[in-house]
Amino acid sequence: MGYPHPIHPKETPVLSKHFGEVEARPYAGWVERGGYVALKKALTMAPDDITSEVKASGLRGRGGAGFPTGLKWSFMPKEDGKPHYLCCNADESEPGTFKDREILRWTPHALIEGCAIAQLAIRAETCYIYIRGEFTEPYHILQRAVDEAYANGVLGANAFGSGRRIDIVVHRGAGAYICGEETAMMNSIEGRRGNPRIKPPFPAVAGLFGKPTTINNVETLAAVPAIINQGAAWYAKLSLSSPKSTGTKLISVCGHVQRPGTYEITMGLPMKELIYDLCGGMRPGRTLKAVIPGGSSVPIMTPEEVENCPTDYEGIVANGSMLGSGGMIVMDDTTDIVHVAMRLAKFYAHESCAQCTNCREGTAWTARILERMLAGEGKESDLGLLLDLAENMTGKTICVLSDSCAAPVVSGIQKFRPDFDRHLNVERPLKTAGV
Amino acid sequence: MSTHETAAHETVFAGAVLAKLEALYPKYPDKRSLLLPALWMIQEARGWISDGSVAEVAETLGLTSAYVRGVVTFYTMYHTHPVGRHFIQVCTTSPCGICGAEDVARALVKETGCGDLGATSPDGRFTVIEVECLGACGFPTPILIDDDFIENVTVDRVPAILARYI
Ligand SMILES: Cc1cc2nc3c(=O)[nH]c(=O)nc-3n(C[C@H](O)[C@H](O)[C@H](O)COP(=O)(O)O)c2cc1C
Ligand code: SF4
Ligand code: FES
Repeated sequence: MGYPHPIHPKETPVLSKHFGEVEARPYAGWVERGGYVALKKALTMAPDDITSEVKASGLRGRGGAGFPTGLKWSFMPKEDGKPHYLCCNADESEPGTFKDREILRWTPHALIEGCAIAQLAIRAETCYIYIRGEFTEPYHILQRAVDEAYANGVLGANAFGSGRRIDIVVHRGAGAYICGEETAMMNSIEGRRGNPRIKPPFPAVAGLFGKPTTINNVETLAAVPAIINQGAAWYAKLSLSSPKSTGTKLISVCGHVQRPGTYEITMGLPMKELIYDLCGGMRPGRTLKAVIPGGSSVPIMTPEEVENCPTDYEGIVANGSMLGSGGMIVMDDTTDIVHVAMRLAKFYAHESCAQCTNCREGTAWTARILERMLAGEGKESDLGLLLDLAENMTGKTICVLSDSCAAPVVSGIQKFRPDFDRHLNVERPLKTAGV
Repeated sequence: MSTHETAAHETVFAGAVLAKLEALYPKYPDKRSLLLPALWMIQEARGWISDGSVAEVAETLGLTSAYVRGVVTFYTMYHTHPVGRHFIQVCTTSPCGICGAEDVARALVKETGCGDLGATSPDGRFTVIEVECLGACGFPTPILIDDDFIENVTVDRVPAILARYI
């Protein structure tokens, strides 16, 4: 359901069916609702058959990059005799994104079950769930659910009496957006500074503790039990548009809509229906100005681009942006895009791990130039400077945090030029008069 | 980490807290991975992470103090100096920013008497800091007071919320 709102007829509740229902949270309540049936089934399947099923479902990573999940799992070595690891990414820190926390808070056992099935597929006895430090309530709920799963023999040395070991450890972060980047997360779990690592080697070859590792987002893993239960064909058919975008997607919508919240849609639902029907549209008397559809790291869209855009991976790319994490920021005509871009640039400058010069300097300078512009001290040449900086920040660094800072700035200048011009063409007081 | 301790460092990893840490050892292949959990335990017990605590963690986990300090300073939630009795984090990132978060931050600074972001109120009761996205953008403005996550905070609600924290 569109937590905290009742289920809208245009939603497809698979992951969100029990959001808001406290009885679904404890182990017993979850089992009553069909929980852990999929894990029992997976325990009878060959690991590669689980992977094939997930591949056939078309499930793609819900953390931002949209990489096919089954394919990612198939990169893991098979009989190499080394320990393998699964890392579940519950760092959810991308501005606009607040969907994973609903899974963590309402259906923690769905996530545990998804992790356990993935562990069987990739032959990983241990999974670390990395949860951001600020998620105090979700952390306690998740930890209690993990404890319950051990107490009920779901996890541990002999999962459901199968003789297979499945361990899950909840690991708390301590305030660093960059730890959501998969290699930074591995460093953080290892007790290091959260600096992203240079790839290759890729995690499937040498990841956590130097061992083969798969990293998946909370929503990705939570979708796995339904796929095992209802089959890949059922999941693959959940699509209103491109066959490359299948299943349901949680979209967390914030900003200037009447009903912000987390909604679950079938891939391909028109973005306009999402904004106007599910979220109730703009506040009274206001009109749509801009949408950042996939968390702050993707380009800004204009109302024209939103007009005929299906909410899926391909549709949003065709309309000038990306689905990303599914964190949608909706802005009405009261919004100053320069201010939004400045505040996002400050976010990236604050969160840069400072390993790469182009990122460290680029994010800081971008923020400073935009602040100067907002203070009425901008110059026409600043726009060119911002675009130059953006170019030097794109594709030139260890991770894509740097590219992410450039995306809203470049798209802002290209698509919302009048907002920038307004700050450049201000009448300034006479400096010599001392005012 | 400029603050020097006046009193001698009191050990945190003894008794129940040490047992809690040791219970985590089998969950990781090495002791270094216990660093973040250990630092959380220190902060829970002491409120912040002093030089003495850094040394204690280093010794407990077989690391150097310099290494531990390097890690502590990377993560923004670890306090490297004492803070007010109640620590308030307010999100002002764009999605909250366009819904009035900066006004909420100003109201918090004013009502707590902190005077400025990052400063502690003269009575030692509060410290307010501005933070980036708290992952609750649909419920502007979210704030975190100690471990309590509070959503939909508006300027009007600030005094009543603060009254709950003595
Ligand atoms: C700077 C940065 C921050 C990221 N933050 C997150 C995050 O908070 N949650 C997440 O799931 N993925 C995040 N990612 C993406 C992860 O690196 C990774 O691609 C993802 O967790 C893989 O899971 P998936 O294939 O299931 O999507 C981030 C990436 C970057 C570059
Ligand atoms: S791009 Fe930025 S955040 Fe990423 S590794 Fe380089 S400095 Fe760190
Ligand atoms: S921007 Fe404030 S919680 Fe995300």
